[in-house]
Amino acid sequence: MTIDRAVALAPAQRATDLIGGDLTEKSLRLHLEGLPGVDAVGLEARAAALGTRSIKTTSKAWALDKIIELIDLTTLEGADTPGKISSLVAKAMTPDASDPSTPRVAAVCVYGDMVPYAVAALGSSHSAGRDDGINVAAVATAFPSGRASLPVKIADTKDAVAAGADEIDMVIDRGAFLSGSYGLVFDQIVAVKEACRREDGTYAHLKVILETGELNTYDNVRRASWLAILAGGDFIKTSTGKVSPAATLPVTLLMLQVVADWYRLTGGASGGQRIGVKPAGGIRTSKDAIKYLVTVAETVGEEWLQPHLFRFGASSLLNDVLLQRQKLTTGHYSGPDYVTMD
Amino acid sequence: MTRLAVPKTYKLYIGGKFPRSESGRVYEILSSKGAFLANAAQGSRKDARDAVVAARAAFPGWSGATGYNRGQVLYRIAELLEGRRAQFIDEIRQSEGVPAVAAARQVDAAIDVWVWYAGWADKYLQVAGNGNPVSGPYFNISTPEPTGVVAIVAPQQSSLLGLVSVLAPAILSGNTVVLIASEKFALSAISLTEVLATSDVPGGVVNVLTGSAAEIAPWLASHADVNALDLAGAEALDWISLQVSAADTLKRVLAPESGVPAPSVERVTFFTETKTIWHTKALI
Repeated sequence: MTIDRAVALAPAQRATDLIGGDLTEKSLRLHLEGLPGVDAVGLEARAAALGTRSIKTTSKAWALDKIIELIDLTTLEGADTPGKISSLVAKAMTPDASDPSTPRVAAVCVYGDMVPYAVAALGSSHSAGRDDGINVAAVATAFPSGRASLPVKIADTKDAVAAGADEIDMVIDRGAFLSGSYGLVFDQIVAVKEACRREDGTYAHLKVILETGELNTYDNVRRASWLAILAGGDFIKTSTGKVSPAATLPVTLLMLQVVADWYRLTGGASGGQRIGVKPAGGIRTSKDAIKYLVTVAETVGEEWLQPHLFRFGASSLLNDVLLQRQKLTTGHYSGPDYVTMD
Repeated sequence: MTRLAVPKTYKLYIGGKFPRSESGRVYEILSSKGAFLANAAQGSRKDARDAVVAARAAFPGWSGATGYNRGQVLYRIAELLEGRRAQFIDEIRQSEGVPAVAAARQVDAAIDVWVWYAGWADKYLQVAGNGNPVSGPYFNISTPEPTGVVAIVAPQQSSLLGLVSVLAPAILSGNTVVLIASEKFALSAISLTEVLATSDVPGGVVNVLTGSAAEIAPWLASHADVNALDLAGAEALDWISLQVSAADTLKRVLAPESGVPAPSVERVTFFTETKTIWHTKALI
């Protein structure tokens, strides 16, 4: 059992508002461990039920376009090169060259050192704070393990933000979380959030990766979600995509429930805070992605189905959506020869 | 005490598994006298789609095997067919309404055709390939390679022999196949899938759909991930329009034949693409 440190944690507005002025490791733990347990059977049954909806043609056409608009087109390989990034960006801007009506994706997601190449390749299509255009998301804080000291994580983040990243995908320290050092995890998220601040005082969006595949229980996922929101995360993201299992429907449903609770707690329709959710890894087919859309609409509402609040972290999903889209427009089945290779 | 017979409900054969039709439909296979023989799954366009995905996934492995290896796999199927001879004879007798002797003759012919084609697996390359004469210090070699996923409409009026005569030439060169079985005489096709499932043929190399060819074939003809179309049993269909939609994606198309196609190497080489490469001779 760990000994409670009676040290004050870094101030985070949300946490102090909710828990009280004297935010300590102990008060944070009392809050997180006081969260009600998750009904695992009920959660999985609910997720399974949401996955059985039959989506008919017009809704499917709408859903396919919506999925494309919500994709963070991702390449996170050790073998990434500037050339690979520019072809990824080309695909993000023109997903289907045979059909100009295809919407663009929300963002490209790359390693921090590839951000300058992504920004250069996007050119005027880079959103850079505007509402239209494509964002550049960078993974930071020693992705995917998160095993580095805090100064390294902060430097990693600052580097990516300075290079022009609009969004930072950070990983939490799962080791610290699982050993009960919630305060440590909390402090790190707060510090990284601070590192997301640009020179002009604006912040890059912070997505906090919980890596639910390593958290073992639904209760832990709920606690980690609350922790990330309290520490100032703009988005909570399921996984790095490097650990199996990655995103699953029940886990995403659970995170959406936390987001819905937070929205109600902070005022609901009269100015409640909307936190985004990003399932990532393992979503490869349109069919799977549509299940997620249904889950979002049924849990937090359709207003969440916009790039500011919901994203898919995926690479091969886009091709499958394009194949389905081609099937709908041409009336015959398409094949992998008719979409670009990654 | 009288015993209640357990009639079999058959399913499709896709990706090495036996799924029900996505549509949930079944149709009755009747004997020549109109008596109920079995329920078979009535495949839909979505089953065809799944079958193409399975065939595409199986293609690299099957086409990557050596011709010798594929030949051995095909020989083994002939052995298994021989073992189930009685079952095939019985099924043909019931569904075609022919005497046992004629049914036995058909099964024997089918096994012989299968063995004949199996023998070609490691030999058609030598016949269809060539070292081309060139006036330079290099070799120029043409070699046939499997074209990819082949969709086949099996002969409708023959149970086993027709099926084997279109299936064997397509797969021996390394193609993978989506086959629409004879609607009326589907029993032999279904029994053949049970043979294939217990043989060394990797799942997905042969996918068999039962049901209406008129319903399924247009979807396969227009499918962009199908590379060739064998219309052997499509005589009664609007096969011209199938050819037209196949042309959109530049498929190879074999026109319908009446009766059972005779064994020929041309059926093998038709579903191949010729690759021509050059290679330097030693520089002295």
